[in-house]
Amino acid sequence: MVKIIYVEHTGTRHEVNVPDGENLMEAAVQNNVPGIDGDCGGNAACATCHCYIPSEWQALTGERSELEDSMIELADTAQPNSRLACQIKASAALDGLEVHMPATQH
Amino acid sequence: MATQLKDTRITQTLPQGSVSWPLPPRVRPEFADHDKATLESYLASAPLDEVDIADPLWWETDTNHVYFRRLREEAPIFFTHVNSNRHRGFWNVTRWNDVMAVDTNHQVFSSEAMLGGITLFDMDSDFIMPMFIAMDQPKHDVQRKAVNPIVSGQNLAGYEELIRSRTCEVLDSLPRGEAFDWVDKVSIELTSRMLATLFGWPQERRRMLTYWSDVSTSDPELPGSPGKEERQGILLGMLQEFTMLWNERVNAEPTGDLVSMLAHNPATRNMPPMEFMGNLVLLIVGGNDTTRNSITGGLYFLNKNPGEYAKLKANHGLVENMVSEIIRYQTPLAHMRRTALQDTVLGGQLIHKGDKVVMWYSSANRDDTVLDRPDEFIIDRARARQHMSFGFGIHRCVGNRLAELQLKILWEEILKRFDHIEVLEEPERVPSAFVRGYKSMMVRIPA
Repeated sequence: MVKIIYVEHTGTRHEVNVPDGENLMEAAVQNNVPGIDGDCGGNAACATCHCYIPSEWQALTGERSELEDSMIELADTAQPNSRLACQIKASAALDGLEVHMPATQH
Repeated sequence: MATQLKDTRITQTLPQGSVSWPLPPRVRPEFADHDKATLESYLASAPLDEVDIADPLWWETDTNHVYFRRLREEAPIFFTHVNSNRHRGFWNVTRWNDVMAVDTNHQVFSSEAMLGGITLFDMDSDFIMPMFIAMDQPKHDVQRKAVNPIVSGQNLAGYEELIRSRTCEVLDSLPRGEAFDWVDKVSIELTSRMLATLFGWPQERRRMLTYWSDVSTSDPELPGSPGKEERQGILLGMLQEFTMLWNERVNAEPTGDLVSMLAHNPATRNMPPMEFMGNLVLLIVGGNDTTRNSITGGLYFLNKNPGEYAKLKANHGLVENMVSEIIRYQTPLAHMRRTALQDTVLGGQLIHKGDKVVMWYSSANRDDTVLDRPDEFIIDRARARQHMSFGFGIHRCVGNRLAELQLKILWEEILKRFDHIEVLEEPERVPSAFVRGYKSMMVRIPA
């Protein structure tokens, strides 16, 4: 299990234990974390699991794919540290990761 | 079943280029009346090749599901061959995962207007209307971003009160104890008011927006619809009226409406007239037809499923989840079309460069290999947000959150006021393989 902390726009924190290998959108939805919708089911195709990754974690969470990049760029809340949670898989290296959510998903 | 699947695919050899191909006869029986059971039994047993699912008959009678169920099981990627002057043939993509694969592969499957655009029937070659939904990257992205702010979370929060007060006004004006048309009095009324606000268009002339929306999606081949030239004339008239608004706003301070946004954004302020018209058509149809038909569909589904209606009355907290289920079950736009930019293999079928590929969202939304009991309307469905109706990838519906907000407020206010709204007879449906909707639906609210 990997501890992931989802932080709502308001600052409310949700600590979730995520099985190794599960993507962070799925884990949020399974645990009823508000603010992550995951409409496309994990294909980087809707940007409703948009989140921000703090700079110290970026190297460990990897790079955006081409489709992910396109989808994020179309969200009005996009920032340089934006990612789609469905494209990040839990692993031991991410234990303690803070995932920040925008005010609204598109 | 597995053997059958393989066989069907092998026999689907394609007509390509100058190769003469023995086309099976495209003759559908003339049905004495459009009795649903007769049509469904025909679709259940006719040779797959004999049916042209783009025929408005299958949509007006809401019988197309029978054929799509067969395609999903027997031939999930299936070529419907040319139908005289109606269309030049197209691929049907019917399963969830295949639709997802096409919708997210923008490099291979193009939306470009010059290649025919995003609907099964090509745009008129002498009346191409470029619009951002019918553009590929990178131009699509910059134009879409020009209008994106209208549906930002912040903007939607600002609209909420207005939507609620209008919804209350419309619902409070409805007659009690007498039959009336829900489509006209509620669905069109609410969506046209919203659309007028989005465009900064005069409210007293809001029904013009509905009219233009209907004209732009109408089928010139159908009796009663404007013919090709008349249709073009009407749309040019629309362009003229909006150009006046544009000219007023282009040199004024931004007013936050769509016309002003397009006029002020560097990506769109120098659009040629046909491109301005194209984007108007896109935004009008996108904001009008779709939500209108989900407003009607929701009430219809609840009447057809009294157990679900009872569930809703007992627990108003189900509204939000129900809204997603309504949008799935209605699938207000039945398909989106792409054009292959290169030869490619999809689900074991060779798609050739230039082929028309139709993603049937309405079929993917009933794919039982992905969704649990998809033919049922279940308002407390788990993960109801996972539906195809908004599309996926860069062309995903830009107004999805606004649509959800309008429907949510409507149902919250309906539940506060009316114990029941009774659908009196089967609704009259739109004869279109694109807009899955209703022309009218007679209802009564008990006195």
